[in-house]
Amino acid sequence: MKKFIEGSMAVAEGVKICRPLVVSAYPITPQTHIVEHLSQMVADGDLDAQFINVESEFGAASVVLGAEASGARSFSATTSQGLLLMGEVLFNIAGMRLPVVITVANRSVSAPINIWNDHSDSMVIRDSGWIMLFAENNQEAHDMQIQAYKIAETPEISLPVMINMDGFILTHAYETVDTIGQEEADKFLPPYKPEIYLDVENPITMGPLEEPQWYMETRYRIQEAQMEAKPIIKRVAQEFKEQIGRYFGGLIDTYRIDGAETLLVAMGSAIGTIKDAIDELRDKGEKVGLLKIRCFRPFPNEEIIEVLKDVKNVAVLEKAVSLGASGIVADEIKGALYHTPYRPEISNFFLGLGGRDISKESIIEIYNETITKRQDNIFVDIHPDIVEQIKIR
Amino acid sequence: MNNQESNTKPKERKRKEKPPVEESLLAMGHRACTGCGEALGAKLVMDVAGPKTYVATATGCLEVFSTPFPESAWRMPWIHSLFENSAAVAAGIEAGLIAQGRDKDVNVIAQGGDGGTADIGIGCLSGMLERGHNVLYVCYDNEAYMNTGVQRSGLTPFDARTTTSPYGKKSWGNKTEKKNLPGIVAAHNIPYVATASVGYPFDLQRKVKKALSIKGPKFIQIHVPCPLGWVYPAHLTVEIAKLAILTGLIPIYEMEYGELTRSRKIGKNRKPVEEYLKLQGRFKHLFSGKPEAEEELEKIRQIAEKNIKKFGLA
Repeated sequence: MKKFIEGSMAVAEGVKICRPLVVSAYPITPQTHIVEHLSQMVADGDLDAQFINVESEFGAASVVLGAEASGARSFSATTSQGLLLMGEVLFNIAGMRLPVVITVANRSVSAPINIWNDHSDSMVIRDSGWIMLFAENNQEAHDMQIQAYKIAETPEISLPVMINMDGFILTHAYETVDTIGQEEADKFLPPYKPEIYLDVENPITMGPLEEPQWYMETRYRIQEAQMEAKPIIKRVAQEFKEQIGRYFGGLIDTYRIDGAETLLVAMGSAIGTIKDAIDELRDKGEKVGLLKIRCFRPFPNEEIIEVLKDVKNVAVLEKAVSLGASGIVADEIKGALYHTPYRPEISNFFLGLGGRDISKESIIEIYNETITKRQDNIFVDIHPDIVEQIKIR
Repeated sequence: MNNQESNTKPKERKRKEKPPVEESLLAMGHRACTGCGEALGAKLVMDVAGPKTYVATATGCLEVFSTPFPESAWRMPWIHSLFENSAAVAAGIEAGLIAQGRDKDVNVIAQGGDGGTADIGIGCLSGMLERGHNVLYVCYDNEAYMNTGVQRSGLTPFDARTTTSPYGKKSWGNKTEKKNLPGIVAAHNIPYVATASVGYPFDLQRKVKKALSIKGPKFIQIHVPCPLGWVYPAHLTVEIAKLAILTGLIPIYEMEYGELTRSRKIGKNRKPVEEYLKLQGRFKHLFSGKPEAEEELEKIRQIAEKNIKKFGLA
């Protein structure tokens, strides 16, 4: 049903139809509206779940860990500092192969404290074993919730999924979203029936100590499951397309790449603005297209190579910096191409940090710079006079 | 004590229903040290709780010695996640069981050591208590971080030497008294808080049974001597546990909705604190005979005195 709703409500509606049995969260801007909506749904009897208000995000992640281990489908949402506070538990959830789903309203990381959007928060968690999806708009964020549970709960995968959506830019934006009905949802996502869970009738031990002769093999199995998740994520997106009729890509998506010599690469809500910029450039005859990375973990090496192999220039637009190194997405793309004969020039740009607006004009400027000469680690739209004012001494 | 009981009350023992499992729910063959008070405490708790119990355990000796993969000593559904979250994990299990309609006639127990409970895990513990989950939290108090090599915790007693509160020219050991964790827990106005000791197993098991009969959050702190960390011969665990109580240094009592309802009197059996302290290497520096050492002993006597008054142990 088409509804003009806030992004957070689109997420809450997307979660509701997955029938989670336990929802636990701690308030942090800009995640709050998601869990407020879910809390109201529980209060109104529209969602039959245990809603657990906790003392911290660390507690929230631990509660959903316990609930999931008991066999209950569980959900949480957070962002920024909250995601970092969850960090220890997030690694644990993945290591224990519990298919929890959380939605992250991506936000910068302090200091300086800043409540606005970038991807610094989830990029810190990228080595945890979570499958990481990035939504382009609120429709995709809505649709991703049910896809996430289906991916996570696939028995051979059994890994948690983190849905990333840009804080404020998406969570607080009102858009028309076509929400999935409960009947449709039930057809797409079966009830959660884990093979292994805590049960007094069949007692098991979860989370044992593993000495050096066991640990590596257990970690190897997580890596294996991440790799095996690639076709599953694509298949679930395809099944969703066939049943519900919408498709935002599998591991990646592309836009106007036919005959493109230059590709812009990004994740999240910047995609919309980039598409507008590409339309304008294409109108002027520029051979430019877009590669959208929809799934960052597992990293879609093969799909990226396939799209980039014939282009001259690549510009990677990132909302996070690996301080002291360089662009995380750009480096991984370079890594993917290294063992291939393909050698496009790869430029990388940091933009939109801490909620800085990303304009169409900036993207066109990025394109123009990229086709002129390779650009490395460029902070877009940075003001030298402000840099001058910010001194540590 | 067991022999005596079986000699004097053989008929009563026969009438008792057989326990549902032949062996303890914490099976033999785990890797705890000889004389481990925590292993004894956990066994006593689990055998009262029974097999229809879900257990969430914090990181620490108990988790390490009982679950070296692929072995496990637990004959019940058991989970370990992290050091500081067993209360929250147990809360999640309870919520999950309720949501699935599987919460009838089962227990949920969260457990951890003194560090995992009173220090790093106190946030998750407070949250679980305040939200009213039907969970029993058991804190095994061996008064330091034993699993990492005997470092000081918030429940390490005054003047005890640990590897991070050593005795030296400028130090008598741990500078602070034990944090009043049961008091902090009781301030949540939960239905039941108790302290217990492996020196008094029947009292301990009665308290576990009582706690599990009450719906809502419950807390039991069990004093569990550690031969390795306290530096005493392993066969003295129970004797030392009893002396901790009889000196007044470890009061054992019950609180309901924040009010003290019952305490274990020591009365005429009261022992001087030295009898407890001198058996343990961690207090050895207090027996040098120096006047300063005597002053320190006097401070410990005062702690016992305070407990006796506060909890009506006389």
